Amino acid sequence: MSIDTVKNAETTPDQEQPFRELGLKDDEYARIREILGRRPTDAELAMYSIMWSEHCSYKSSKVHFRHFSESLTDEMRAKMLAGIGENAGVVDIGDGWAITFKVESHNHPSYVEPYQGAATGVGGIVRDIIAMGARPLAVMDSLRFGKADAPDTRRVLPGVVAGVGGYGNCLGLPNIGGEVVFDESYAGNPLVNALCVGVLRVEDLHLAHASGAGNKIILFGARTGLDGIGGVSVLASDTFAGDDGSGKRKKLPAVQVGDPFTEKVLIECCLELFQQGIVVGIQDLGGAGLSCATSELASAGDGGMHVYLERVPLRATGMTPAEILSSESQERMCAVVAPENVDAFMAVCAKWDVIASEIGEVTEGERLVITWNDEVVVDVPPRTVAHEGPVYNRPIERPADQDALIANGPESLARPTAAADILKTIVTMAASPNLASRRWVTQQYDRYVRGGTVLAQPSDAGMIRIDEETNRGIALATDCNGRFTKLDPYAGAQLALAEAYRNVSVSGATPIAVSDCLNFGSPEDPAVMWQFEQAIRGIADGCRELGIPVTGGNVSFYNQTGSTAILPTPVIGVLGVIDDVRRRIPTGIGAEAGETLLLLGDTRDEFGGSEWAHVVHGHLGGTPPKVDLARERLLGEVLLAGSRDGMVSAAHDLSDGGLAQALVEACLIGETGARVFLDSDQDAFTQLFSESAGRVLVAVPRSEELRFTDMCTARQLPWRKVGVVDPESESLEIQDLGQLQLGELRAAWEGTLPALFD
Amino acid sequence: MSVRVGVITFPGTLDDVDAARAARYAEAEAVPLWHGDPDLKGVDAVIVPGGFSYGDYLRCGAIARFAPVMGSVIEAAGKGMPVLGICNGFQILCEAGLLPGALIRNSGLHFVCKDQWLKVENNTTAWSSRYEKGAEILVPLKSGEGGYQATQSTVDELEGEGRVVFRYVGDNPNGSRNNIAGITSANGRVVGLMPHPEHAIDALTGPTDDGLGMFLSLMDAVVNA
Repeated sequence: MSIDTVKNAETTPDQEQPFRELGLKDDEYARIREILGRRPTDAELAMYSIMWSEHCSYKSSKVHFRHFSESLTDEMRAKMLAGIGENAGVVDIGDGWAITFKVESHNHPSYVEPYQGAATGVGGIVRDIIAMGARPLAVMDSLRFGKADAPDTRRVLPGVVAGVGGYGNCLGLPNIGGEVVFDESYAGNPLVNALCVGVLRVEDLHLAHASGAGNKIILFGARTGLDGIGGVSVLASDTFAGDDGSGKRKKLPAVQVGDPFTEKVLIECCLELFQQGIVVGIQDLGGAGLSCATSELASAGDGGMHVYLERVPLRATGMTPAEILSSESQERMCAVVAPENVDAFMAVCAKWDVIASEIGEVTEGERLVITWNDEVVVDVPPRTVAHEGPVYNRPIERPADQDALIANGPESLARPTAAADILKTIVTMAASPNLASRRWVTQQYDRYVRGGTVLAQPSDAGMIRIDEETNRGIALATDCNGRFTKLDPYAGAQLALAEAYRNVSVSGATPIAVSDCLNFGSPEDPAVMWQFEQAIRGIADGCRELGIPVTGGNVSFYNQTGSTAILPTPVIGVLGVIDDVRRRIPTGIGAEAGETLLLLGDTRDEFGGSEWAHVVHGHLGGTPPKVDLARERLLGEVLLAGSRDGMVSAAHDLSDGGLAQALVEACLIGETGARVFLDSDQDAFTQLFSESAGRVLVAVPRSEELRFTDMCTARQLPWRKVGVVDPESESLEIQDLGQLQLGELRAAWEGTLPALFD
Repeated sequence: MSVRVGVITFPGTLDDVDAARAARYAEAEAVPLWHGDPDLKGVDAVIVPGGFSYGDYLRCGAIARFAPVMGSVIEAAGKGMPVLGICNGFQILCEAGLLPGALIRNSGLHFVCKDQWLKVENNTTAWSSRYEKGAEILVPLKSGEGGYQATQSTVDELEGEGRVVFRYVGDNPNGSRNNIAGITSANGRVVGLMPHPEHAIDALTGPTDDGLGMFLSLMDAVVNA
C-alpha cells in the first residue's frame, strides 16, 4: 500500500484532500497548510480534523469558559489541585486525601447503539479518572430519554441501562446514583452522561505531560483496531476489498465496542504502576485515540516526541497510519516512563497480562514526529493540534419566542381543589414516569462492591467511605431540570446547581466542588448559543455565591433532531465531603421512634416548568422558581450542624413534585406512615405541589425538636412543623384531605417503570 | 495462633477486598492468593470471591476452574479444608466439581442487585454453624447468572441429605430450582452461595450485619478442628 508521507506531501502540494468530508471548514484547512508550510499528509489531516472537532477542541464553547475562571475566589481556589483542562478536576478533602471527579457525555453513540454507547461512556470516564493517578471509587449516570411510553424509548432505555450495568458491574465500581428523566425533546437524542469519582493521596497526583528527553512512551491495554474510526474512513485506500466485493473498504461500526474485563485489569495494572512510582505522565485514549494522547502529552510537556507507529499492536491487518492514529478502540492508556523504569513497567503489565509496547520517546525538539517504517508521516508542532485549534465566537441571540414562552405562564391551568382530587393528584404524580421509583433501573447496577457504599439510590446523594480508619467519606449528586433551563437558562442552571448542592447537604456532607456536563443543541444556532452562554454565566455566578469551584466538565453540542434542539440540559454534579460517614442522614423516615416532620424554607406559588404542569397539563411556560443561593448555603449549614449534633434522623430534598412527592418517598423508603398537617394560611394545592427551591423535609427525634427549631430560628431559616412520623400507621394521612394507604402509593410509585420496560 | 483465610484474586475478581474485610471483621488474618500461583501459603480456609473471572465471556467460572491456584484448592478441599464460594466463586466451585449443579442466566434476564432474605436451612456446615436453623437473614444478592440448576436426582440428593444451606425467602429472584441460594458438599466443609455475605458485615455499608455469621462460623470450624 502507498502511504502518504511528509516527503510526498511536499512534492504534491496540489493534491486534492477530503477535508470537508472530515468536517474541516475551508479556512480551517487553509490554516493547517499555513501552520505546516505545506499540505498535510493523510495522517496529519486525520489528526487535525479530529482534534479540531467540536468534541475535542471545544471551539464553540471555549470563549465562554472564562466565566468560570473569572468567578474564582481565593476561597474556591484554595482546595483545587487541578482544574479545567486536565483530564479531571482534583480537590483536596483533608487528611492527605484528594478526590477527582468528572461527568462526560456519550449521547450520540448511545442513540445509535444503546448498549455499547453507554458501556463505552462508562469506560471512558473511568479512564479519565485513572489518568489522574486515582483509584476509581464509584460511578453515577445521568440519563435522559424521550417520552417513557414512546416505542423508541423501549429500544434505547433498556439498552443504555444494560450497558451502564454490564460495563460498570464488571469493573467492580459501585453505581451510587444519578438520574433518569423523560421528555419528548430527547426522543431522537437521548443523553447519557457518565460520572466517575476517584481517590488518591495528594502527593500521588499524576498530570498528563511528556517531560524529560529520553523518556519512553508506552502504549498499554487493548490492541488498536478499526472500530470507532468514524469519518476518517474516507481516507482509507480504495485498494482494499470489502466484504461486499464492491472494492470499498469494509467499514466497521462508528460506535466502539467495550470490553470491561480488559478495563478492569487495566485499572489494577495502573494502580500497581502508580504504587511503584514508575510513571512520569499518563493519558487515557478516549475520543481521538492516539492523535489525542500523543499530541496532548507532547503539548503539555517540555519537549517534542517521536512515535514509531508501526510498533502499535493492531488487531486488524492493513491499517493505515491515519487509521491507527484516529482509532477509538477502547481500554488503552499511554504512559511516559523514564528509561530505567521501563523493565519494571513491563513486569507489572506482564503480571496483569496487559499488552504493553514502547512506541516512542520524548525528544529534545519541539515537534511531534510520527514515523511509519522509517518514513515520516506526521511532523507537527503538537500545540497546534491539541491546544491551538480554532476558536469561534458564535453569534448569540435570545430566541424570538422566549417572551411568548414566559408569557404563557401556569396561572391559567386548572388546579384541583376538592380533597379527593388533590389526593388523586398525589397518586398520579407518584406514578408519573419522572417521579416514579427508579428501582427497575438501579436494581441492574451493583451498588455494594468494595464495601464502601454508605448511601446509594434512592437516597438524594450517593455516599462512599474512603477511609476505613477515620470514616472520612464523600457524597455526590447530579441534577438538572431542563424545563427550568428552557424557561430561563441562567436561573435554570442555577436551580440545577442549587438542587445538587442541596442533595449533597441533606446527606450530611459539605459541598466542595462542581463538575458539569453541558448538553445543548447546535452551536450554529444563535438561540442555542444564547442558552449556553446564559447557563454558563448562571453556573459561574452561582458557584461564586456558593463558594465552590467548577473543577472540570464536558460540553456536548449538536443534541438535536432536525432543527429542534433538546431542552438545554446543563447537568451539574456536586461533590461533598463528610468527616465521618457514620453521621450520614438517610432519606427514609422512621429510623427512630417518635419523629417530628419539619419543612425548612419558603413555599411560594411557583409552577412554571413544574412536574405538575408537565404531567397533568403537558404545559411548559412561565418562569422557573426563584433562586436564592444564600438560602441554599444556610440550609446546608443548618443540616450540617443538625447532623453533627445528632439532631436530624432523616432529610429529603424537595424538588420535582414538591412536598407531596417528598412525603410519599420519605414514607415509602422508610416503610413508615406519617400524619401531615398543612398551613391554614396557604392553599393545600400550592403547599403540596409547588416546586419552590431551597426547601428540605427533615425528620427530627422529638427530643431534639426544640433544639433544632431554636437553631433554625436563631439562624433565620424559616421552618414549619408539618407532621409526625407514625411507625404504627400504614398510611400517609393529610389532615383535612384524607388518607393514602402506603400499599396504594407503593404500587403507583414502583409499578410504572416495570410496566413500561419489563 | 490466628486463623489464616486465603482470598483468591483472579483477573476480573471484584469482591476480593470485601471478602478479605469480612475475614478481618471475624478476626481472621486475610491472606491474598493469586490465580497463577498454586501456593496456598498455609491458609486454614479459602474464599473464592465474586466478580467476573477472566471476564466470564465463556461460561461463568469455566476458565477460572483451570487456574493453577484452583488445583491446590481442589486438593485441599479433598482433605477437608473449608472453602466458601460466593457468587462467581460459587460458579467456579461448581465448574471445579467441588459442588454439584450449575448457575444459569436469571429468569428475568436482567442483572439483579437487591437486598434478599435467606432462610438458613442447615446450620451444621463449616460456614453456617453460628446461625439458628430456620433463621432468616438479609444480605445483598447481585448477579446476572444466579439461577441454580441441577438434575432432578441431584436436587433430590441435596434436599434429602440436607445439603441446601440457604434458600431464598419470598419471590424467587432468579429462577433457582427449589429457591436454592446456597449448597454444601457432602462433608459440610465446602459451601457455595449466590448472595453476598461479605457485603453484609456492617449495617453502615450493607443492609445488615447478618452475613458476618458465615465468617464467624468458619472461625469456630477451624479452631474446633
